[in-house]
Amino acid sequence: MKIGWILRPLLVAALLALVLRPEWFTPLLAPLAPANGPVIYTRASLLSLSLSHLALVAMASAAATVVAVTLAILVTRPAGAAFRPLSRTITNMGQTFPPVAVLALAVPALGFGAGPTLVALFLYGLLPIFENAVTGLTNLPPATMEAARGIGLSRWQRLWRVELPLALPVTLTGIRLSVVIALGTATIGSTVAARTLGEVIIAGLLTNNTAFVVQGGLAVGLFAVLIYDAMVQLETRLARRMGG
Amino acid sequence: MTSPGVGISAPGLLFAVLGAAALCVPFMTLAANRIVAGEGVMAWGVASLPVVLPGLAAIAAGLIMGLPAGRNSLRIAGAALGVGGLLWLLTQGASGLLAEAGDYARVSPSVSFWCLLVVFMLLMADALAAMAPGPLMRGGVLAAVLAVLGAILWSGVLSDLSVMREFASRADAFGREFLRHLGLAFGSLAAAAVIGFPLGVLCHRLASLRGATLPVLSFLQTIPSLAMFGLMIPILGWVGANLPGARALGIAGIGFAPAFLALVLYSLLPVVGNTVAGLASAPPAALEAARGMGMTPLQRLLRVEFPLGLPIILTGLRIVLVQNIGLAVIAGLIGGGGFGTFVFQGLNQTATDLILLGALPTVVLALTAAIVMDILVELTRKTPKDSA
Repeated sequence: MKIGWILRPLLVAALLALVLRPEWFTPLLAPLAPANGPVIYTRASLLSLSLSHLALVAMASAAATVVAVTLAILVTRPAGAAFRPLSRTITNMGQTFPPVAVLALAVPALGFGAGPTLVALFLYGLLPIFENAVTGLTNLPPATMEAARGIGLSRWQRLWRVELPLALPVTLTGIRLSVVIALGTATIGSTVAARTLGEVIIAGLLTNNTAFVVQGGLAVGLFAVLIYDAMVQLETRLARRMGG
Repeated sequence: MTSPGVGISAPGLLFAVLGAAALCVPFMTLAANRIVAGEGVMAWGVASLPVVLPGLAAIAAGLIMGLPAGRNSLRIAGAALGVGGLLWLLTQGASGLLAEAGDYARVSPSVSFWCLLVVFMLLMADALAAMAPGPLMRGGVLAAVLAVLGAILWSGVLSDLSVMREFASRADAFGREFLRHLGLAFGSLAAAAVIGFPLGVLCHRLASLRGATLPVLSFLQTIPSLAMFGLMIPILGWVGANLPGARALGIAGIGFAPAFLALVLYSLLPVVGNTVAGLASAPPAALEAARGMGMTPLQRLLRVEFPLGLPIILTGLRIVLVQNIGLAVIAGLIGGGGFGTFVFQGLNQTATDLILLGALPTVVLALTAAIVMDILVELTRKTPKDSA
């Protein structure tokens, strides 16, 4: 745990430097660049690429969360129970679809650009959130539910004040899985002309410039690791509050 | 809602509505060549009316047969009939549309076809799930579906379609990349198992090692795949250039080696994590009994902990296999081969059918692997219960 407190600020500092002041890394990356080739990616600022990458992920994940949680609430109500087996089949099978394939299949349908990436991220992001939200909403402690019914809460109040808060930690785990996958898939989105940090990596791969690859790779990797870590922290804090 | 056996199945109604809606968008696309965007053709326009009517009738009948709740065999038959209708329209439409078009013209299935195919597949899955088939029957159904798919592709009735034209002009490359893809996915699985099992056993025994290893592995899992594949390039490039003999083994910055290593790194967390969880799942009473019988730690591991943990360990391998089949696509970007080669070539040339040629087999492969591994997990879970 203690390592985390030293490592975390260091990683944040490294990421900020990499995104805001990439030229500081010139001496480190120069040996990786081809002779007389550019060392630092300058066709677009890493900051603007990071922001559009994160915006893409945030939009897709937010939409996926709203839709997935709504669907999870519907199938866990008595009226929606008929759709439970079907929804389980879809989530099981859907998660075996490779994210890259979803992205590639979205292009023929939607063309190039941010659109197909957003749709692929959204569709793929639905599954882990839905699965975890259903798990959370079905594994509620019976005693608590009985008590909620006993104090005269209506169905709506039970859902809003008891079921959803209790299911929140599990749902958050699903959102975290979904965000991590989205960050990775958005990177590949650059191959279909979405503006993301993957652009830097792809440019490096196309021109045999390892310095670009490392730059983009480090930035994306650091974002993913830090966001993952932040969400784990949030989950443990919530779980502790629920337990206490 | 409905009691089982009578009334209308709610999912069936949803399928019927979606299926009917899907008929109102273009069924096939006719394009002047393989690059340009095509023109949509509705399902009833792909051929003359007497030719399309049987197909449309089969689709409608299939959707209606999916309605009754609880009649699972009927619903499965409806799904099969519907898929038959789709294929009829597709084959008749392909030859009909091409006959009137130029030499370079391409026809491909469009939105309506794919939506209806998904609807019928879901109808079949919904009915099958309600029958709760055992592992052997699921294996049988999978084999039957794959055999029918293989027979359709083999028979050449679809060879007029654009994606099959792409295949025909690249049959050799397809075979090669298929093997490469399998090599990447299964090879990295094997390597991860060879490294991961001993590591998992050690982690199971030593809590301190477990505390250090699992966070590092889950950290690796977090790194986006493109970044991971990219970061392998300088590392392996350095190894290839500086380690004597490495280059002779084919280790270089670009190609198979970095893709393979990246996949192995991604595989370690599910293998090690599930090995630890599997070994820890042995009930204390069983371990106590084993100790009482005078088993050595090695005997306990091999005869008690490992067999009891096998389903969980296999689940880890399932996760790895499905994940690696998908991730191996990225190898196409760094010259590592596999179906990704077609996907990214297709994206570069904006040739939709080349993308499909790479993406569709990947999806089929991943689904097949998932179903087969699920069956294996279930079989291992059953054995101890039966013999006990």
